[in-house]
Amino acid sequence: MINRRLRALLRKEFLQVWRDPSSIAIAFVLPVFLLLLFGFGVSMDARHVPLGVVVERPSSVSESLVAAFRHSDYFAPRPFLSRQAGEAALQANQVNGLLILPQTLDEQLSTGQGAGVQLLLNGVDSNSARLLQGYVRGVFEGWLARQQAARGRAGATVEAQPRIWFNPELRSRNYLVPGLMVINMTLVGALLTALVMAREWERGTLEALMVTPVTLREILIGKTLPYFTLGMGGMLLSAGLSILLFEVPLRGSLWALILFSALFMLTALGMGLLISVVAKNQFVAGMAAIVSTFLPAFLLSGFLFDIDSMPWVVQLVTHIVAARYFVTILQTLFLAGDVWGVILPNAAALSLLATLFFGLARRQLHKRLE
Amino acid sequence: MYAIIALVLKELLALLKDKRSRMVIIVPPILQLLIFGYAASFDLDRLPYAVLDRDGGAGARALLAEMAGSPHFDERYRLRDVAEVARLIDQQEVLMVVQIDPQFERRLQAGETAPVQLLIDGRNSNTAQIVRSYATQVIERFNSAWGARASSVPLAQLEPRSWYNPNLESRWFFIPGVVGILTLVVTMVTTALSVAREREQGTFDQLLVTPMQPLQILLGKALPGLLIGLIEGSLVVTLAVLWFEIPLLGSLGALYATIGVFLLAAVGVGLMISSLVSTLQQALLGAFLFMVPAVILSGFATPIANMPDWVQWLTYINPMRYYLICLRGVFLEATPLTALWPHLWPLMLFATVNLGLAGWLFRHKLY
Repeated sequence: MINRRLRALLRKEFLQVWRDPSSIAIAFVLPVFLLLLFGFGVSMDARHVPLGVVVERPSSVSESLVAAFRHSDYFAPRPFLSRQAGEAALQANQVNGLLILPQTLDEQLSTGQGAGVQLLLNGVDSNSARLLQGYVRGVFEGWLARQQAARGRAGATVEAQPRIWFNPELRSRNYLVPGLMVINMTLVGALLTALVMAREWERGTLEALMVTPVTLREILIGKTLPYFTLGMGGMLLSAGLSILLFEVPLRGSLWALILFSALFMLTALGMGLLISVVAKNQFVAGMAAIVSTFLPAFLLSGFLFDIDSMPWVVQLVTHIVAARYFVTILQTLFLAGDVWGVILPNAAALSLLATLFFGLARRQLHKRLE
Repeated sequence: MYAIIALVLKELLALLKDKRSRMVIIVPPILQLLIFGYAASFDLDRLPYAVLDRDGGAGARALLAEMAGSPHFDERYRLRDVAEVARLIDQQEVLMVVQIDPQFERRLQAGETAPVQLLIDGRNSNTAQIVRSYATQVIERFNSAWGARASSVPLAQLEPRSWYNPNLESRWFFIPGVVGILTLVVTMVTTALSVAREREQGTFDQLLVTPMQPLQILLGKALPGLLIGLIEGSLVVTLAVLWFEIPLLGSLGALYATIGVFLLAAVGVGLMISSLVSTLQQALLGAFLFMVPAVILSGFATPIANMPDWVQWLTYINPMRYYLICLRGVFLEATPLTALWPHLWPLMLFATVNLGLAGWLFRHKLY
């Protein structure tokens, strides 16, 4: 399959990569830089959340509630003397929530009237606000159960005992890092190939190539293989970093990780090539690469946002985002293990997309001038 | 002045004359706002779950009915055997299995605490946390209903209230962020790539030997990006308000001041990148190297407060950080222009430094 013509093409492409360091930077420096920055930087795990507390009339009861918050690692309670001062701090974003223990708390507790403890939240970041509300509720219910028990009023209650499989401590890094690997590889794949054909169109060198006996298939292979090698190098580097530095457990097998990464790399390169072949102009190809890679891989892959909760039209769109399949594969491979029932359908979808991209690229490429 | 106008016109023509480049500039932002506006949400619904009820008493049935009635959950399977649990979760058939033990009814009747196990798929730990909090809420609702039947009022209860976003709708938080990202991408990339293209084709050198001052060239290159950014920005803001019904509580003046200052900064970044590179591929790499960290470290999806200290310091040099704070403030909190000032001046500084540096590099670098 590798004949003299193809070998010459490959050699030319490798030389070009070698002499413009930006390709090597894309394959190796970009993923490492991004992975380090995000692996250390991005986290969903909030700790020491500033929570304002207003105690309108201090007593042993109010003190026990405040102490419950102080003992939790999640909160950093900050006392305020008045409701106004607390609300001002909430408005200025100095605290994320404000807990108000009313004057009547003590009295209502002892008479059994049912006291209301108000929690004000800054809802601009709705997700954080919701998580905060959940944590406050957890501490509050714990305190309440102790109070009820102390007053001999322990009633029948159902207690939730959540167990989180695959990631019991809910370390967000364990799912963010595999997700970031997907984003990295999407970027690398598209960046490497999106411009290669467009560049030759623009400079007119593709015309020169067209008059040689080289076949279109050989051109496409010649444009893919060198970048595939580069991309896989970067991929292995990121996988190594994820496992060794970020201590993400790899519960599946290594060969599966490499095999399916190779499949995804091909898909990503195929998309880049297709962009390049269709655009024929580096500016358009560059814009298209930016528009169609980073944001879709970030927002539509299930990396952050649950696909099943999206409207069905948007869910349809996610099916042409290759990153979607690879996010599922990687999260399963890393955290759950070799669950073939999940991995194989997704791998099949990836193969389909790869065939589609290369097939379209081949069809759009003609040995004639317009 | 005439020279600048001529250059701006030429730039706009170069961008908009070609059908394909017109397409990639105008269509994606609108399409993306529509798609991402729907996609970017942490509000989950119809979460698939399975039930393993090993008790079967009235209490368990009431609890399960409460859960089945929640819009967040969608019951898919009734299990008979513990052995089925692992397969369903492994294969991602369900996100959660609710397991009720045989002693449930007896404990509930005896006034004891009856445990319910929630087995949750933790592959996406954020989703897992949301599932857990939804399920806990259902159980709390059940508890208070059950307690009311036994006529015991709880001693105290928590009354949460959220400012600015009373129903805690994710979309209100994310869409202003998406508006921010889209204006960044269009403006920065258009500027960076258009200058890099001229460099690669050699026409930039021709521009440099014309009688135009470097400042005029700079302005001629900056204004089209600014103009396109403003138009796209207005479009996506209109869409956010009319289509997604995001409240725009602040004044249009504050909104446009924010967008304008940020666009200057974004154009500055684009020009900086283009003055450092000599090919389009390098410009593309530069655009990504700036854009990806700028988005991820902006507080768009993951709160800045959760980042380690050294990364939080890094976010102070990220213009997106200020931009998103201002946008969300104007949209949701009706922040007046004066209160935006602490976030606007860093953006202005950023714009000035970038444009100044880009201008200097234009004059001092010639490949």
